[in-house]
Amino acid sequence: MATQTHAHVTPTRTYLLIWAALIALTLLTVLLSSVPLGEWHTPVGLLIAVTKATLIVLFFMHAMGGSRLVWMVIATSILFLAIMYGITFSDYATRNLDASVRDPARPTAPAAPGR
Amino acid sequence: MTTATVQPHPQPAEPPAAPRRIDYLNVAFGVRSWLLTTDHKRIAILYLVVITLMFFIGGAFATLIRLELVTPKGDLVEADTYNKLFTMHGIVMIFFFLIPSIPAVFGNFFVPMMIGAKDLAFPKINLLSWYIFVIAAVFTVWALAAGGVDTGWTFYTPYSSRSAHTYVAATIIGVFFSGFSSILTGLNFVVTIHRMRAPGMTWFKMPLFIWSMYATSIIQLLGTPVVAIALLLVAIERVTGVGIFDPKLGGDPVLFQHLFWFYSHPAVYIMILPAMGVVSELVTTFSRKPIFGYKAVAFSSIGIAVIGFLVWGHHMFVSGQSIYAGLIFSMLSFLVAVPSAIKVFNWTATLYKGSIDYKTPFLYAVYFLALFTIGGLTGLVLAATATDVHIHDTYFVIAHFHYIMVGGAIMGYMGAMHYWWPKMTGRMYPDWIANLAALIIFVGFNLTFFPQFLLGYQGMNRRYWEYAPEFQVLNVMSSAGASILAVGYLMPLVYFLWSLRYGKRAPANPWGATGLEWATASPPPPDNFAETPVVTLPPYVYNPEEAAVVR
Amino acid sequence: MSVEHVTPGPPPGIPTAPPAPHAATVGESFATPLAHHFRDFGQQHEAGTLGMWLFLATEVLFFGGVLTAYEIYHYLYPQAFEAGSQRLYTSIGAVHTLGLLGSSLTMALAVRAAQAGQGRRILQLFLALTMALGLAFLVLKGVEYYLDYREHLVPNLDFHPEGWPAGVNQRPAQIFFSFYFVLTAIHATHMVIGLGLMALVLVLAGRGRYTPDNYTAVDCLGLYWHFVDIVWVFLLPLLYLIR
Repeated sequence: MATQTHAHVTPTRTYLLIWAALIALTLLTVLLSSVPLGEWHTPVGLLIAVTKATLIVLFFMHAMGGSRLVWMVIATSILFLAIMYGITFSDYATRNLDASVRDPARPTAPAAPGR
Repeated sequence: MTTATVQPHPQPAEPPAAPRRIDYLNVAFGVRSWLLTTDHKRIAILYLVVITLMFFIGGAFATLIRLELVTPKGDLVEADTYNKLFTMHGIVMIFFFLIPSIPAVFGNFFVPMMIGAKDLAFPKINLLSWYIFVIAAVFTVWALAAGGVDTGWTFYTPYSSRSAHTYVAATIIGVFFSGFSSILTGLNFVVTIHRMRAPGMTWFKMPLFIWSMYATSIIQLLGTPVVAIALLLVAIERVTGVGIFDPKLGGDPVLFQHLFWFYSHPAVYIMILPAMGVVSELVTTFSRKPIFGYKAVAFSSIGIAVIGFLVWGHHMFVSGQSIYAGLIFSMLSFLVAVPSAIKVFNWTATLYKGSIDYKTPFLYAVYFLALFTIGGLTGLVLAATATDVHIHDTYFVIAHFHYIMVGGAIMGYMGAMHYWWPKMTGRMYPDWIANLAALIIFVGFNLTFFPQFLLGYQGMNRRYWEYAPEFQVLNVMSSAGASILAVGYLMPLVYFLWSLRYGKRAPANPWGATGLEWATASPPPPDNFAETPVVTLPPYVYNPEEAAVVR
Repeated sequence: MSVEHVTPGPPPGIPTAPPAPHAATVGESFATPLAHHFRDFGQQHEAGTLGMWLFLATEVLFFGGVLTAYEIYHYLYPQAFEAGSQRLYTSIGAVHTLGLLGSSLTMALAVRAAQAGQGRRILQLFLALTMALGLAFLVLKGVEYYLDYREHLVPNLDFHPEGWPAGVNQRPAQIFFSFYFVLTAIHATHMVIGLGLMALVLVLAGRGRYTPDNYTAVDCLGLYWHFVDIVWVFLLPLLYLIR
């Protein structure tokens, strides 16, 4: 079963459009950083970054129309990154949860900014 | 009675020597043909040579440790030296023996053959991974010889990043590079297994050794980079003085532990999964029965690989980590025992009513079953947070992981050596001495490490150069066992080398096994097969006629 | 398992024909477009790109590890991190991003040129543009590092940032700046490696080595370069835009 190198050639126009979108999103994220968003700065910034990354992966890296195996590799790496970050973070988020039980004078760990 | 002088009879002329069959060993000679080879089989042999050397270096450190521990007082070496001994024993054995062992030797040699391919997907990268490994080993051994490292193989901060006055950064560089070698090997295997199987070789027709090599490779790919960055950050902190894990600046040493163990726990599955794959091959071949529950064993390899990434905090129960995180890690650690147990049940069920052939590889498989079970069960004792508080950092932990690493992984490695040696070299070794060595290893191993369970439970600390006098009897037993174990490990060195010159020539399939690697000559030709095989039957079919009737 | 067509090799004693040329040395196979162990170019291309994707997965975990550590500290010391982030040159960070995105475009066009068989000169042009943008990035990074040094923002090197907000602990800010330098330096190292490989591919492209059948190396280099870009896409908000 001979396999061909992928025959589909992405049009230059598509690349230019994606690039324009990436530039626009970059300018947006920089602009938003000078707008008072409070605690939403990080989630918004990350959302824009994820959008940009998705565009790059789908179009520049040809994941769109790519093999299922490539999708599995992408999904697995993101999954394990989430595991590493998520579980490590859960340690820090729950470290002093029971502090007020053990010593009523001590407050629980401040999750909100204040340190 | 007269004694006639016997005239020597004229001997018939010897038949002309048959022209030698071309195989991967004699296709070319000379140092260049070995050091510039891209043949996966030659690269496997290159790895074999280096890791054998590293094994004996690691063993030398173990010898010194056990010698020191014969007496309660620290009288053989200084305390600082002792710290270096256990550190270097761990680093060499883990990074430079156990992790490469089965994948780099038997994976390299047999993954392509078992799936009917001519080579791995990236032969030059394979050779590169060997060179990286050698450079890493040389670098590390140099660092050890120049003065050594005393942080423990776990490199905990802030001692490793700020206070230690030993060759931490140099050793880290060596370990970092060995990780690169590991990643490249894993990458090669995954691509090969996905893309280069012979026609007809579906996923569920692959030998279980391939499944376990696949699972191992996934762990190598996903886990190694994290320990790489963790160690790199320590090295950067040492060299530049910037405080990343420095408590004075608000840094958290436990954060290093998270990053370190995120890899180092799955690393133990890198060490055991290949041995489990070997055991699947041995148990089937030497009972001449298909594996009981092929899919269960195959999927349990993947299960171990995945769940193994979720349990790293069980090394950190007493580190100051959140209790709630500890509880989750504990539960998940119990869960990860399940796929391992499934394997043990299935292997045992395979042996049941099998036609057992008590050859040396089989002995090692049986030793694996017994010792891995003990090691695994004691792991559950450690996984329960309540009991762990009592035995953490004691010899109980050391006994547990040596039962798995030595009683499990190294038994698997020895089994693989004895199983595939005829295929790799075209020579048989003498049965009697191989069986004797196996028995000596088994006795020596148990005498060395079983007492350590007792010592740990009674409270003897690990990584201490002296101990309370009441522990001496068990320590002497352990050291005596270690000397027996050493003899057992030296014996194969002798008879394997002997067999290269004087061993009986091996047939293509000395064990009557199934599997594509046995369908080609011993040693194999350079391109593995004369023609690409086409696979029609599932693995471990010992009676094809019956199988044909059933289907 | 049983195999039907396999010939295990003749029994010893029977002469065989000399083996097919086997790449027992490195030199030979480097010149051959289709490696001997692959069936066809398609399989070779699939294997090559899959290999690069797997390598990128390791890089996700590599950068992910240090970013995990960084974000944990960000969670623990939000004010110090914000104060530190304010002191970085956001405009330079933005220019970096725009330049790198441009280099991703030119790289994508380079891969397209190879894939569509547009000829070696076009391919070389796009590769050269990508390299130029990449080098510009590194030069600008060097300038930025120098400016940071002048502002006393380098930990352990006369670290005392000016105009620090009152009540915010400066010690965790050292951790912030340590991560800033470590993250951007590791990223820059990846860029240097990428540029080195790009130079090699540029030279080989000039020799006509890449054809629509066999442009795997360019494709893989493209994947690597886009990944390096993606890392920077995340570094921009995480480092420069903490507010």
